[in-house]
Amino acid sequence: MTEVLSPAGEAGQAGSAGPTAAPVTMAGALNAALADSLSADERVLVFGEDVAALGGVFRVTDGLAAKFGEARVFDTPLAESGIIGTAIGMAMNGLVPVVEMQFDAFAYPAFEQVTSHLAKLHNRTRGRVTLPIVVRIPFGGGIGGVEHHCDSSEAYYTHTPGLRVVTPGTPADAYRLLRQSIDCPDPVVFLEPKRRYWSKETAALTLDGPAIDRAVIRRPGTDVTLITYGGTVQTGLEAAEAATAEGWDVEVIDLRSLSPFDDATLAGSVRRTGRAVVVHEAPGFTGYGAEVVARLTEQCFHFLEAPILRITGFDVPYPPPHLEHLHLPDVDRILDSIARLQWDDNA
Amino acid sequence: MATRTAAGDGLLPSAAPLQLIDPDGRPGTNPGELALPEPRTLLELYRRMVLGRRFDQQATTLTKQGRLAVYPSSHGQDACQVGAVLALRDDDWLFPTYRDTVAIVTRGVDPVEALSLLRGDWHCGYDPYQHRIAPQCTPLGTSTLHAVGLAHAARLKHQDQAALVLLGDGATSEGDTHEALNFAAVWRAPAVFLVQNNGYAISVPLAKQTAAPTLAAKGIGYGIPSLLIDGNDAAAVYSAVRAGIDRGSGGLGPTLIEAITYRIEAHTNADDAARYRDDAEVQSWLARDPIARLETYLTAQGLLDGNAATRLAAEAERFAEGVRKRMNIDAGLDPAELFAHVYARPTAALEHQRAALLSELEDAGR
Repeated sequence: MTEVLSPAGEAGQAGSAGPTAAPVTMAGALNAALADSLSADERVLVFGEDVAALGGVFRVTDGLAAKFGEARVFDTPLAESGIIGTAIGMAMNGLVPVVEMQFDAFAYPAFEQVTSHLAKLHNRTRGRVTLPIVVRIPFGGGIGGVEHHCDSSEAYYTHTPGLRVVTPGTPADAYRLLRQSIDCPDPVVFLEPKRRYWSKETAALTLDGPAIDRAVIRRPGTDVTLITYGGTVQTGLEAAEAATAEGWDVEVIDLRSLSPFDDATLAGSVRRTGRAVVVHEAPGFTGYGAEVVARLTEQCFHFLEAPILRITGFDVPYPPPHLEHLHLPDVDRILDSIARLQWDDNA
Repeated sequence: MATRTAAGDGLLPSAAPLQLIDPDGRPGTNPGELALPEPRTLLELYRRMVLGRRFDQQATTLTKQGRLAVYPSSHGQDACQVGAVLALRDDDWLFPTYRDTVAIVTRGVDPVEALSLLRGDWHCGYDPYQHRIAPQCTPLGTSTLHAVGLAHAARLKHQDQAALVLLGDGATSEGDTHEALNFAAVWRAPAVFLVQNNGYAISVPLAKQTAAPTLAAKGIGYGIPSLLIDGNDAAAVYSAVRAGIDRGSGGLGPTLIEAITYRIEAHTNADDAARYRDDAEVQSWLARDPIARLETYLTAQGLLDGNAATRLAAEAERFAEGVRKRMNIDAGLDPAELFAHVYARPTAALEHQRAALLSELEDAGR
């Protein structure tokens, strides 16, 4: 599953990709979304560590400082709590900050600012203060990153009322979802699946499509609902193709919004298929999948043919690069889980 | 962006606290660069301190009567509370802590709204935009970053607007305070950091908090000019904060001020100060009362007479009576509001939870 880091610049240059379909990477689509938001709304700012001259360590902000100037796209001192804390003050004063945390595990110094202030200030002030801030965090593994570069930290954020947590699974949706997040009045934790930064798709970058809080069915199917998000969407689609050889018609859902959770789309699918599997890279114990299973069991119990299963990373600290392939859910592990969904009982 | 210079010229604070009026109410002998405020400003500082002190006493009494969940008194820090706020311009922002309710009321917030947090009705009872006051910060140091961000935004928007953030000696040990001072200096943000050094972080004395010669001395490490002042001298606090605002307004960046003062009361009503400090120490600070000091000065200058002081005492009593009466009326909270402000619009799941709670209350006949 590991992909090779592409040379800088392949992510694409700053500027709108336009309405016509063209090959685009997820990093390029994110770059276009930032450029288009900066163009559309003068209140939008982009800042963080290494985002200006360097264009970000993943080149997602490539060319933006040159195009929009260092008053709107700028490097900060190296301090994550400072980045989130000052973004809060800027939003209080009418601006729309889009900030970058360089890696998932490097966002932890900002945890208090995110959970105690970013998430709560609207509520504390009875709705008088709104914080339309987007916190972009590259998340997950699969890139051969050394320690502290590959965490899946979504559950920390989804457990915090007041935050929206979203993650794209495809380049076109990365564009749409990031623009929706920037336009959203609520604070959004925007998780970017690192190993999909260089995935390509031929698509028009457009705002048309599902709302920020809706899941989408990436592949319709009748036998089992495979629930994926971020980096596991593509894995799920690959598994669904492989499953046809076993005679299973797998429906793949891309959650997009981890919080709030799109109960209607998910429950609708599981009631139709009667079987479900949740896939994520994060450790399983009290992981995001536990909430998905609990909700769907509560809502769909009488429609289920088998217990809803989880395929997750092990309950271990993220492995070193040479062992991460053992940790990450892959096609074989998904197929093995689908095989365990009590098909014989249904005969 | 700030540029680095090899020398730290002009960044170090004075060795002794700057003072415009000494503890005996005489002109201070160490004014430094601080300018004595106009007589009418001095009179207003005095008036607001008297009103603030009475409010503080009333809030403490209401806490003992169970009308407030908790109240951290600022008795003894009156000069900081009032001097700092009166130095602000209308468009400037104040970032207060839980101990700065007197500052909030002095800025013009309805006292009942100001006490919402401590009464336990809601986390912030006032509209931050009405008087440009952030919600009271209860974690330490976190609001320093918000102040710097707000000040930097003002600069980006070409608005002449500064942010004053209040913090205590304990908060200077927090990482966020360090980051805020650093960001402010690098960005030349129009932010003023006023450290009310009252000697204790709950029970921990300053000697266990820092090995720096003074808290103001920390400014040089960030490239921020700093002032060490007598925090019980309202004139000095006013003048120092105003100087900081003026520096920021002129594009010269942030200012760090350490005001030496003292917390006369315990940390809160739930605290037992006898466990960590001597009564003799408290008595010595009572003798350095900021209100008595300014009263002596104004009287000696012929700016205040006994009749005016009597009229002011009566005004303070009426003020306290109004607060007392209104605080004895229950706020009438709406349970549905629990779900109203989590997001700009409640999610489907929150709508469901709200309906469930209201149904539960209806079944219980509440």
